[in-house]
Amino acid sequence: MSHNHHSSPGHEAAHGGHDHDAEGHKKIYWAVGTALLVGTVITVLAREWEFNSVALTIAVALFVASIKAFLVCGYFMHLLSEKKVVYLTLATTVAFAVAMVGLILWSDKDPVTGTSPKTFYVP
Amino acid sequence: MDIPYTVNPRSDTGLYNAKVGIWLFLASEVMLFGAFFSAYILLRVTAQQGFWPDVADGWPHGLLNIPIGTFNTAVLISSSVTVVMAWMALKENNFPKFRNFMLFTVACALGFLGIKTFEYKEKFSHYVIRTTDGKVVTGHFDVDGKSPLFWTLDTVKSKNIEKLKVEVDIPNRYRFPVGMQVPEDIHKAHAEGRHHDERVIEVSQIDSLKAFIPSTHPFFAIYFTMTFLHGLHVLGGAIVLAYFTFIGTDLWRKNPEQFTNRIEVGGLFWHFVDLVWIFLFPVVYLL
Repeated sequence: MSHNHHSSPGHEAAHGGHDHDAEGHKKIYWAVGTALLVGTVITVLAREWEFNSVALTIAVALFVASIKAFLVCGYFMHLLSEKKVVYLTLATTVAFAVAMVGLILWSDKDPVTGTSPKTFYVP
Repeated sequence: MDIPYTVNPRSDTGLYNAKVGIWLFLASEVMLFGAFFSAYILLRVTAQQGFWPDVADGWPHGLLNIPIGTFNTAVLISSSVTVVMAWMALKENNFPKFRNFMLFTVACALGFLGIKTFEYKEKFSHYVIRTTDGKVVTGHFDVDGKSPLFWTLDTVKSKNIEKLKVEVDIPNRYRFPVGMQVPEDIHKAHAEGRHHDERVIEVSQIDSLKAFIPSTHPFFAIYFTMTFLHGLHVLGGAIVLAYFTFIGTDLWRKNPEQFTNRIEVGGLFWHFVDLVWIFLFPVVYLL
């Protein structure tokens, strides 16, 4: 028996006699699933609304995607109540991922030639 | 040999070992997909302004099937709910319920891959055709009642075809970059239900003919690379989850806590696959 006394959904159910909690957690999972589906519909509709601004369109789509990502990480992956070692691992990863993306995008302004690279489509 | 900490948490990490392991693996996965996402951004921001393919260096929009992509997103989200419900069922000691939820999850995974295969096939039989008068169109054509895949101008010539009857796309408004004026006749055509113009093109007048494949445009290169890599993850996850559902169930009788932990770890991977798609879908289908 795991004696991992997390407050995350599901963990208490393992110890029996906490059916009430288990039912609550199941309700949360279904609610999160529904929210994810609603978020998907909003993302698609946002393209329909046509904001006439590329930046705004991208911002709205990525904002909704970020909320969905938070729900998946927080509730399905139990990141709202994890152990320190997991947070440390992920914090390191996020730091390196941000640095990697930043460095790759930095190459957009090539310091050697001073020009942006072009795409190479030739029909 | 007894593997330590499959059930009980280690005192230093506070977790059973497999959970530390899956999180380390997922951390490396973040870097893998992160690299592809930044490659996508770089290609996207350096594309020229304008409507593709009229502007050859422009960025193609609206070429993917949005309703099908939306449906596939729903399929993946549903499977993410059922995999966590399957784990909950084990926590409640309800194996039949676990199996039902897992069956649904694996079915969703296979459904997702089936739909993706259909989408790929649609692209491989869709062409961009440039003619000697400098015009360029996209569309599809049938030869002997079939939509040919991966053809080039050389393929057409080698079959001694003289004329191609092409269903030329009337681009829908999603094909135009955000903020660009959509011509009035295009709204009208789609409102009337016309999505294609049938046009006969002399093969001798064709400069180039390419299917929607990675070498045709950087958009297709990054689209196929990212969705194929994601598809491999779906396939890998489906195999592991199917193994837990059909073959590896002995462990449930021998050591139910360890079995439950395996499902949790498999589920964490499955949620990650869902997470990648949550960003991939708007990025390649909608933006």
